[in-house]
Amino acid sequence: MANWLKSPATETQVTHGQRLWLYMLATVTMILLVAPTLIVIPMSFSESQYLEFPPEKWSTRWYGNYFGSSEWMLATRTSLKAAFLTMLVATPVGVLAAYGLHASRIRFIRVAFVMLITPMMVPVVLIAIGAFYAYVQLQILYTITGLVLAHTVLALPLVLIVTGAALKGYDMSQEEAARSLGAPRWKAFLTVTLPQIKFAVVTSALLSFLTSFDEVIVAMFISGGDNPTLTRSMFNALRDQIDPTIASISTIMILVTTLMMVLAQIFGQQKK
Amino acid sequence: MQAVDLNAEGLRADERLERLKLFGLSSPALLLVLVILVLPVGWLFYVSFIGADGQFSLENYERMINRKSYSRIFMTTFQVSLVTTGLCILIGYPLAYFISQLPSKWAGLCMISVLLPFWTSLLVRTYAWLVLLQKRGLVNEWAMSLGLWDEPIKMVHNMTGTLIGMVHIMLPFLVLPLYGAMKSINRDYMNAAANLGASPRRAFWNVFFPLSTPGLFAGSLMVFVLCLGFFVTPAVLGGGKVIMVSMKIVSNIELFVNWGAASALGVVLLVITMAILWIASWFLNIEKMTGGGH
Repeated sequence: MANWLKSPATETQVTHGQRLWLYMLATVTMILLVAPTLIVIPMSFSESQYLEFPPEKWSTRWYGNYFGSSEWMLATRTSLKAAFLTMLVATPVGVLAAYGLHASRIRFIRVAFVMLITPMMVPVVLIAIGAFYAYVQLQILYTITGLVLAHTVLALPLVLIVTGAALKGYDMSQEEAARSLGAPRWKAFLTVTLPQIKFAVVTSALLSFLTSFDEVIVAMFISGGDNPTLTRSMFNALRDQIDPTIASISTIMILVTTLMMVLAQIFGQQKK
Repeated sequence: MQAVDLNAEGLRADERLERLKLFGLSSPALLLVLVILVLPVGWLFYVSFIGADGQFSLENYERMINRKSYSRIFMTTFQVSLVTTGLCILIGYPLAYFISQLPSKWAGLCMISVLLPFWTSLLVRTYAWLVLLQKRGLVNEWAMSLGLWDEPIKMVHNMTGTLIGMVHIMLPFLVLPLYGAMKSINRDYMNAAANLGASPRRAFWNVFFPLSTPGLFAGSLMVFVLCLGFFVTPAVLGGGKVIMVSMKIVSNIELFVNWGAASALGVVLLVITMAILWIASWFLNIEKMTGGGH
């Protein structure tokens, strides 16, 4: 230990001992980044209204509250449905756009690219009230269709960026080889290109799912009635009081997200 | 000779057609963005210039200048965004530096601590802080049992809570690009600086830090712009005491059904955001940041 402290840590011969402050600061920061989220998990099993930690009495009453409430169940179903459908729409539409922009090197692809990533740059509140107004006109307010379309628009920039980056690292002459051997373009894409950008496409799909599942502001305006999302109901509950039921929902949401990311990792490993 | 020319002409026409067809593949995406985003936002832009009497008027913008409550909202928004960005830099730079110096196995492990909150729902993280910081919450309880303070301190439903939540949520947006920039700095430069007799401090400030500034700049910009339009965290942790532009837009619609006022605020927010991104694009390659272009 003493030797390690005196050994150089950097190219400029600063020792580990001299950098202990940095190690401690970074460790504290990392704990503060992770702990507040993770601490919700044990707290959700607390019997008390005040969500003690560590819980004096363990109980699953907040989970009972959640699974027993028809409103929370409706909201959960809506969120899962919307997220799944957003994934199914945003992924092919986004991948097609990324491929189209990549392969056709015409002049206005730059304009098209900028337009497709605007959902990332325009403040979400503005998108939300704009969609709210448009949906009243189109009569798709409070429908799953409307929700899926809006979330697809929010997810498109991510699909475009992730898939676009993969296409840039892919050698298009492989597809040309397939075509010169007689494969039509779509077949060359499906059998030669797609398998090689598979990881990016799967990542795009998972990101689309999460974009929709976690989205609050747009859902606040255009979901409701028979189709309120989980985030919308959670947000409204948070504005009134600290409902411990939300701790159990949060735990479930953390698990869903983590599962998604682990899946992405597994697909990533397969590539190598 | 002429046959060859005609052939070349035909090939060029074919190529143009092919390119247009390929471009057409992006039309579903473009159409969606157009209908769901561009047209409605364009309509909001139009509405912002319509007065209460239905005629063209600048009253929605004049209100922002004349009414104290509006200028206070803009001040709060800038304050919160600036302080959050500053705190993120102070906390995030050492962390990114620390991780960038680790061997890749350890760095991967430490990056999980940045990525885990990055992927976790914003609402869940905001809720976590609400629970932790409340009067009977964990932070007050622990601090009092350690004797740091005697009475529970109000840390939520005010500016303190808002800033704590915002910094926690924004930190990964700063650390990720910063870490990328630091990782790409060639370590031989530091070796060379040391060889040439620079003290560790001088080598850091004259060599390492300047090379990390593109990442720092990109990250800070991202954090600042995201803060400007932030809604959920200040709405929940601010308890009505911290009112940012986006919150005013929502209350203008939900409570007052005043589309003109809401649209004008939205337009100003959009213009400020775009101006910042545009100015930043002089210094930064935004397309490189987002992976676009060729």
